[in-house]
Amino acid sequence: MSDPVLEVEDLTVSFPTEDGVVRAVRGVSYQLRRGEVLGIVGESGSGKSVTSMAVMGLLPASARVGGSVRYRGQELIGAPDKELQRIRGGRIAMVFQDPMTSLNPVYPVGDQIAEAVRAHNDVSVAAARERAVDLLAAMQIPRPRERARDFPHEFSGGMRQRVVIATAMANDPDVIIADEPTTALDVTVQAQVLQALETARAATDAAMVLITHDLGVVAGSADRVLVMYAGRPVELGGVDDIYYTPRMPYTLGLIGSLPRLDGRSERLVPITGAPPSLLDLPPGCPFAPRCPMRAEICDTDEPDLLAVGATDHLAACHFSADLDGRRPEDVFAQTSLDSAGGAR
Amino acid sequence: MSEQPLLSVQNLVKHYPVRSKGVLRRRNGDVHAVCDISFDLHRGETLGLVGESGCGKSTTGRAVLNVQPATAGKVVFDGEDLGAVGSARMRKLRQRLQIVFQDPYASLDPRMTVTDAIAEPLRIHGRYDDEGPGRVRELLATVGLNPEHGNRYPHEFSGGQRQRVGIARSLALRPDLLVLDEPVSALDVSIQAGVVNLLEDLQQELGLAYLFVAHDLSVVRHIADRVAVMYLGQIVEIGNRDELFDRPAHPYTQALISAIPLPDPRRERIRARERIVISGDVPNPVSPPSGCRFRTRCPKFAVLTETEQRLCVEETPALTERGQGHPAACHYAEVLTVV
Amino acid sequence: MSEHLSTVAAPTTRPVSTVKQRSQRELVLRRFLRHKAAVISLVLFIAIVLLAFVGGAVWRYGYADITPAASVPPSAEHPFGTDNLGHDTFAQVLRGTQRSIEIALLIALLAGLFGTLWGAFSGYYRGLTDSIMMRIADLVLTLPLLAVAAVLTRATSGSWWFVALVIAALQWAYVSRVVRGVVLSLREKEYVEASRALGATDRWIIFRHLIPNALGPIIVNVTILVAAAILVETALSFLGLGVQPPDTSLGLLVSEADTAVSTRPWLFYFPGAFIVLIALTINFIGDGLRDAFDPTQRKVRP
Repeated sequence: MSDPVLEVEDLTVSFPTEDGVVRAVRGVSYQLRRGEVLGIVGESGSGKSVTSMAVMGLLPASARVGGSVRYRGQELIGAPDKELQRIRGGRIAMVFQDPMTSLNPVYPVGDQIAEAVRAHNDVSVAAARERAVDLLAAMQIPRPRERARDFPHEFSGGMRQRVVIATAMANDPDVIIADEPTTALDVTVQAQVLQALETARAATDAAMVLITHDLGVVAGSADRVLVMYAGRPVELGGVDDIYYTPRMPYTLGLIGSLPRLDGRSERLVPITGAPPSLLDLPPGCPFAPRCPMRAEICDTDEPDLLAVGATDHLAACHFSADLDGRRPEDVFAQTSLDSAGGAR
Repeated sequence: MSEQPLLSVQNLVKHYPVRSKGVLRRRNGDVHAVCDISFDLHRGETLGLVGESGCGKSTTGRAVLNVQPATAGKVVFDGEDLGAVGSARMRKLRQRLQIVFQDPYASLDPRMTVTDAIAEPLRIHGRYDDEGPGRVRELLATVGLNPEHGNRYPHEFSGGQRQRVGIARSLALRPDLLVLDEPVSALDVSIQAGVVNLLEDLQQELGLAYLFVAHDLSVVRHIADRVAVMYLGQIVEIGNRDELFDRPAHPYTQALISAIPLPDPRRERIRARERIVISGDVPNPVSPPSGCRFRTRCPKFAVLTETEQRLCVEETPALTERGQGHPAACHYAEVLTVV
Repeated sequence: MSEHLSTVAAPTTRPVSTVKQRSQRELVLRRFLRHKAAVISLVLFIAIVLLAFVGGAVWRYGYADITPAASVPPSAEHPFGTDNLGHDTFAQVLRGTQRSIEIALLIALLAGLFGTLWGAFSGYYRGLTDSIMMRIADLVLTLPLLAVAAVLTRATSGSWWFVALVIAALQWAYVSRVVRGVVLSLREKEYVEASRALGATDRWIIFRHLIPNALGPIIVNVTILVAAAILVETALSFLGLGVQPPDTSLGLLVSEADTAVSTRPWLFYFPGAFIVLIALTINFIGDGLRDAFDPTQRKVRP
């Protein structure tokens, strides 16, 4: 295997607020190789988006970032702005949830893509424009030459997102980070955008980080999956390992709580309770209060992300060995209550 | 099902005027939000109303509540035409027709305690004095919340708990029909499941009928008995749940089901190759296409011969059975398995 | 420990949230307390009110008492001195402060109440109702306050509550405009629609949902109104159109002393200082409340 293009090591992010320090990310590590797709899944507030904002150096100045992010061996945390600008948008491209945040409403989209091309390449304006049209065509925008002269508001949501993806692939990036790229979109449009992302990734042979809360989107697109909970990675592994043999109760619970389109769900298996506040996290495993397998050790020691069974499959649970081969309904109660009372 | 349906929507039309800006605010046309739709809903049954944003599913849900008058057509609830009853009678009927909103934070008054919010429907209808605090505590327990927490404010609860409050509130008047307008789409998946289970239990216990409006087909497949698929203000296909999901006949339904990724990597790898990706976006509802409204994006239309296409352009396909087991509004309906 | 949990004990819920959220009330209080000038002003204003109402009652002279010492400068016996008839100025200032505050509060109450209802109904019903109601409010706003008040109060005996009534009748429109704006946005909230779907009447929605949620801006504007009302009352009394002797108010005291500015300055400066102090503190309190209720809004219209 080739060297990783992106290495994230023990990344931490915290935000000082009026009420105290919010520890949004607490030690995320992963490596990304060329051509690989890593899916990061988690619910709102799990720190999945903050992680990638930190990788891109796009967090507000008040954020305290620790750990290390290396692009081809070059440290990005604390790197000078000029250096970051060269990499950002050039070597590492980003696609956000809301395409309007990355498009300037007062310029035609063709000009914006051309500008992105010229920012990182020494080419003429005409050549950059030509490239913009090619990119729009690659994104299956009909009549790309005419549409290049249109403004962002003249496009629909799905098309705008494809324009952003075209911009992202403009400079043949090594890494594309897509943060909830389809969340605001309808399913038929989501399918178009996911296809466009795959086209862009295949064309540039970039590695991709796909951040989403939708386990379906990840299942179809990712090679490896990182599950996050309360700012921590709780499970990391190949996509099949995560979906078919999860070793962390949270992952198992997530899968059990999904209704199935193929009609296999009899009764859903919810996870009771709600994620903890990131302000004053109690010691121990953050999932313990919602976990049916909770024991004393869970309240005192936060489990490390350790290898379980298969190669490259890591889970952060004291009892991950017990989960081998168990289904969600064996572990969780099929309740409709808000919070199932165990040892509380 | 020969008994009289609890709810019968007949040729419902709802248009919204589009006005120009400025002083005169001239009427420029109408948004055809809902265009001639009909369906029945029986006691204890769940009808899923699905479609993408702007298809008119939410408008239909609100029209059933008769808060705003329909442009044309009838909503018949338990034998009474809601458009024809007087306001006093409507207030009476409204008790039996309740709604649960998508965003539990926005639909609860931030300045009312949870107890007050749940008691509000009772107070409005002058039933609080008879049933009172006991009923509120009972409702809190019914939706799986601790009755001790009734004196707290909505912001002190998580999203899932707030939605439970919204459900308790809609149950306060002992309704027969709940319109559930995307009740779980604002919730994280792990929490969504508990609310879905709650809705199932409540239906079983109380014999409620649900009009379940949602864009998430997986949830609808899980909870609905029958499903109606809407596109641009019209129902394009309607049928029993398994029938519709396993043997969809309308090209739009097929594309919609096919577009949804399954949380199942092995099957997804196969499905991704066979996925029906429809191009383009939903047309402007102010001037929908002639004939079949889906034809501008229809993968089937694209492969028809010119003579065959003429039918799609000229004639609106009726929602009828064409030998595929359930009604579909496509001239060339044909069953295709896509899950 | 990993056994099947299919049966569930009594439901337990703990309200939870991912990041700690505070109630509106807590937030407002916190932000208000951070506004130093407002907090100091609030303390000072309460002290003035206590001094006027409690102090006035226990002070050794009544405001109408005529003491043997006429025209003496401030001393231990008469902290603010006396006038040429021997009235104790301190007692009179306290009495005047009482009157001024009473009038101001009555104005705020009347104008606040009426303006809130007017604005809420106008904003809730929109359309033609709104247009007519707001044009009426605009009309009231264009009336020259002092001139109208002068005409109306001259025609009557000038009892303090009538003065208040007249001023309130001219000031409610400010409140109604603000309330209308707030209600226009509140009425689109989903909880209003939810309430309507429950079968709530318009009155129920206005009184149970719209007005309670508009309280923040209402309080801020009524506070500003109090300060304005005190100044208007003072001006009217100064012109001899407000409170009439033997009753007194701060404006009247200043007016009576205007000939004595150089000879017996204490008669003029003490009531004057109280006017400035009251108006200033209330304005700062209003500022603090405004910032507390709406931290995004930094400037407020006059």
